[in-house]
Amino acid sequence: MVNFETVVFYLFAAILLGSALRVITARNPVHAALYLVLAFFTASAIWLLLRAEFLAVTLVLVYVGAVMVLFLFVVMMLDVNLERLRQGFWQYLPLGLAVGALMAAEMAAVLYTRWSGLAARPRALAPDYSNTKELGRLIYTDYAYAFELAAVILLVAIVAAIALTLRRRKDSRSQDPSQQVKARRADRVRLVSMPADKDG
Amino acid sequence: MLEALYALSESRLGPVWGPAVYEVVTSLAFIVAILVPLMGLMAYLTLWERKLIGWIQIRIGPNRVTFFGIPWLGGLAQPVADGIKLLFKEVIFPANANKALFVLAPMLALMPAIAAWAVIPFAPDLVLSDINAGLLYVMALTSMAVYGVIIAGWASNSKYAFLGAMRSAAQMVSYELAMGFALVVVLMVSASLNLSDIVNGQGQGWFASMGLNFLSWNWLPLAPMLLVYFISGIAETNRAPFDVVEGESEIVAGHMVEYSGMTFALFFLAEYLNMLLIATLTVIMFFGGWQAPISSPLLDAVPPTLWLLAKVFVVVSMFLWIRATFPRYRYDQIMRLGWKVFIPLTLVWIVVIGAWMQTPWSLWK
Repeated sequence: MVNFETVVFYLFAAILLGSALRVITARNPVHAALYLVLAFFTASAIWLLLRAEFLAVTLVLVYVGAVMVLFLFVVMMLDVNLERLRQGFWQYLPLGLAVGALMAAEMAAVLYTRWSGLAARPRALAPDYSNTKELGRLIYTDYAYAFELAAVILLVAIVAAIALTLRRRKDSRSQDPSQQVKARRADRVRLVSMPADKDG
Repeated sequence: MLEALYALSESRLGPVWGPAVYEVVTSLAFIVAILVPLMGLMAYLTLWERKLIGWIQIRIGPNRVTFFGIPWLGGLAQPVADGIKLLFKEVIFPANANKALFVLAPMLALMPAIAAWAVIPFAPDLVLSDINAGLLYVMALTSMAVYGVIIAGWASNSKYAFLGAMRSAAQMVSYELAMGFALVVVLMVSASLNLSDIVNGQGQGWFASMGLNFLSWNWLPLAPMLLVYFISGIAETNRAPFDVVEGESEIVAGHMVEYSGMTFALFFLAEYLNMLLIATLTVIMFFGGWQAPISSPLLDAVPPTLWLLAKVFVVVSMFLWIRATFPRYRYDQIMRLGWKVFIPLTLVWIVVIGAWMQTPWSLWK
């Protein structure tokens, strides 16, 4: 039966597929990145239809609000030469197709076992049911160990990323704000009392 | 009246499409009911800004444009005149600009500033969408505001604009973190992400039971977070003293330098709406939203929305006062304040409040 929710789902699904297609076909890398933003945003709307409000909002908050901003930023700074990108397209095509087919097969393997379950819509929940609260409870009780482990791995990754890029150039000069704040008038100005010069 | 409308819609359009059409029509009506006063507030905020800064700097401010030639209304028609002027100015596209993105950028700047108002509670039951994850929704939408600035900077094909976009991308992403962590503390003590619940949670406690509501609000126990949130809010909206994104003395107007007419007006609109939004959120998170400061028959008789408006007015005036008072921050100092002062402070404060909530002296039960 066609109802409003189904129409909305197909609308968002069409936008999602269209924008995902444009991510890989757009000539301009900035356009591609923006289509990816649109794809994330639409995916979050579809998650909202599944009543996964926390995941949906977090997708926008993390991927659209932070990751893609930095990504877009990097893409804008790049000087992409389209001609050079096109070189070797046919040479890399078999490898790309193989990787794509493998990924599709893996996703199918994951989804196939639950395929029948996906057809059923999530059951209607009580109005005071909070998806966020439920997730929080699960993460900090049943899955506390896995969650802490993931957090530690992320922390290590952050430290590693910073350690890899942190280098101090010897010829660059920088200011130490705490030193600047500590400066007082007496350190900078010396008032000298001199006798007036009468002869001019 | 709404029930009658629902019944009419269902009887005319059937059980499937009736409710859907009803939802769409009433939602649109509510959106208009929120947006129209909001646009009016925004327009007169520009006038209030110029007037207030004028008074602070011992000037008069706009005092000429008036309605129907009535002299004592001098200046009151200034926003109308400004709006009409911007509406009729030509939109100029720079050479080699990316036209589609150039037009898209102001819309992307304005969209989150408007959409975030959907979950703002104006009075106990006066909210367009009373969702559970309201706070998350606001944070997600405000984090999208940066796209308008970045795309504007890139699509303008101008170095000044691009420099502005670079600065804003770094600044807005940095301060979003501090802002988010400050809000985490608020949601910890409220045990809810729903903005109405956050307001209601502030109206109870030892002081509130004595009628002194304003001492029960979050600003007192969470004072450091209020400071962090407010300052980050100024940085997030790119207002002075953190307005290096526009920095008219060095990069002319940053991302807006190539924009004219209505496209410029949209950026302007987005900036002021964001300012109103941050002020409203500050009031909701820390100053008890629509609640009266002291519980007494006289003050309780005032409509709750008026209390909210009055508080927002005070906070917005603080924004303007700060703009008139402080010189612009240096860029590296802005980054230092965000990353090395605010984020560690909020992280420590999360632990402090978390520990406090576990003690018998916890204020939030």
